[in-house]
Amino acid sequence: MIRARELTKHFKVHRRPPGFVSAMKSLVHRTYDTVKAVDGVSFTIERGERVGFLGPNGAGKTTTLKVLSGLLHPTSGEAQVEGHVPFRREADLLGKITLVMGQKSQLIWDLPPAETYALNRAVFDVPKDQFDATLEELTDLLELGPLLDKPTRQLSLGERMKCELAAALLHRPTTLFLDEPTIGLDVAMQVAIRDFVRSYNQRHDATVLLTSHYMDDVVALCPRIIVIDQGKLIHDGDLRGLIKQMDPDKRVSFTLVAPATDEEIAKLGTLMTREAQRVTLKVPERQIPEVVGHVLGTLKAADLAIEDPPLEDVLRVMFSKEKE
Amino acid sequence: MRTLRALPTLWRIGVAETIAYRAEFIVWMLTTTIPLIMLALWTSVASEGPFQSYSSSDFVAYFLAVLIVRQLTSNWIAWQMFEDIRLGVLSMRLLRPIHPFWAYGISQAAALPFRSAIAVPVSLILLASSGAHAITTNALQIAMMIPSLALAWVISFGINFAIGSIGFWVTQAFAIGGVYFTLYTLLSGYLMPLAIMASKYPTLTKLTWATPFPSMLAIPVRLLTRNLATPEIARMLAIQAAWAAGSILIALAVWRRGLKHFEAVGG
Repeated sequence: MIRARELTKHFKVHRRPPGFVSAMKSLVHRTYDTVKAVDGVSFTIERGERVGFLGPNGAGKTTTLKVLSGLLHPTSGEAQVEGHVPFRREADLLGKITLVMGQKSQLIWDLPPAETYALNRAVFDVPKDQFDATLEELTDLLELGPLLDKPTRQLSLGERMKCELAAALLHRPTTLFLDEPTIGLDVAMQVAIRDFVRSYNQRHDATVLLTSHYMDDVVALCPRIIVIDQGKLIHDGDLRGLIKQMDPDKRVSFTLVAPATDEEIAKLGTLMTREAQRVTLKVPERQIPEVVGHVLGTLKAADLAIEDPPLEDVLRVMFSKEKE
Repeated sequence: MRTLRALPTLWRIGVAETIAYRAEFIVWMLTTTIPLIMLALWTSVASEGPFQSYSSSDFVAYFLAVLIVRQLTSNWIAWQMFEDIRLGVLSMRLLRPIHPFWAYGISQAAALPFRSAIAVPVSLILLASSGAHAITTNALQIAMMIPSLALAWVISFGINFAIGSIGFWVTQAFAIGGVYFTLYTLLSGYLMPLAIMASKYPTLTKLTWATPFPSMLAIPVRLLTRNLATPEIARMLAIQAAWAAGSILIALAVWRRGLKHFEAVGG
């Protein structure tokens, strides 16, 4: 279980304008600002939940994950992970959690991943048979076979990320902090990582707190999302609830067979996009049956799809409302 | 217990990292120039007769001993820690259930035999052939070289670890590392025997003996090159043991305080 109560983390940041004179001035007098990276955030995540942690750049997502994984001391407030206070970094806690950062590597750069795995086995004190079984399972799922004895520095980004995940999970943690685990990966690899995280969560009843700029990751993995902006929590609830609350209208997309003008189409709902014969409308949920009937009956559309609005759009609306 | 069980693997990985780059590894083995420069300089000073109480061959023995001790006790962990803290790489070390004091320590210790694989045997052979008369003949003293070298290494590591931890407060802490190395060079007997320094600067030398630097170099060199009475050997080792304990305590205290300031940049 993960619990945060009024968690804050402030940083003192040195500011100076560009230029030689400012550089010289800053030698004798420095101006500091306090940045409230996390500002009174509270939430509880139960064992086995998969939660998406969203927010714009600089919202405080990664800082929160670093506080929860014990890397940072909070300025105030309380954090508890698996019954431990994270910043005390007790061995028992470190054996139960993992933090994967898409832009930071725990693999030993000059040695093959197999050496990092051996190191982790030793420091996490994983029994040999359990280690062999887990590594075999991860090797199969992530197709690591040919990568294990290549120096890390010679792996591609996608290969490295797969090896990172394996390194992070060899001790079978029950709480996963995943910070942009699919960053820079191609679509196929993103899907593979998502499937893997879901299956790990189900098999080990592991708690997953995930940040990602790829909304597909969040939609595919996380029934619940927590949104923060400027260090403050602005939403905590299920994904569908957020979408309904922020943008309850559906997206109706279809391909026209017969010609129709924009004016005719716009009578059915708000015209979002039109590219040649492909049309997307924004339609209130209660009008869906009527609109579908019209599109298929009168306009003779070749196909039709009804979807929730993309999460990106919902968040854009949400963050712009916050700024106002 | 967990740390003890992890030691052999940490050691093996440390060795693998040391020899990962063959060219760099060979350069490391060969870079031991300062004691050799000092050796040439001081033997030329003593070429026409002993300087203070040191003859030319005393200087040969002294600086070969310096070379051996330096090779076996040197540490550069402060520099690695500055980088790890500044770039946020330390985050990944902190996620492992082993204190970085151990993890860094073992990786440093694992590199030592390889870094000194050429210089130490060559120096020992030279010492035995050209400076044999200046080496101790006291069996107890020779045996005590092992704990003395180990303690010198611990002191050097502890101080380096404490200096590296300053990186939590100061972003570019390399200058502090530079100050440390300068003090080490001046006060440890690296450039000249402390006995020579004492004749010219007695007060400074007295103060020097109140610092950890002689325990890191001058004491093991003295044990190797001077015949000492048993109480003196015990006194030297006691001084080293006290500094070793002190440096560990200081290192861990600075680390503990500094860690609260860690900003785990990046990611």
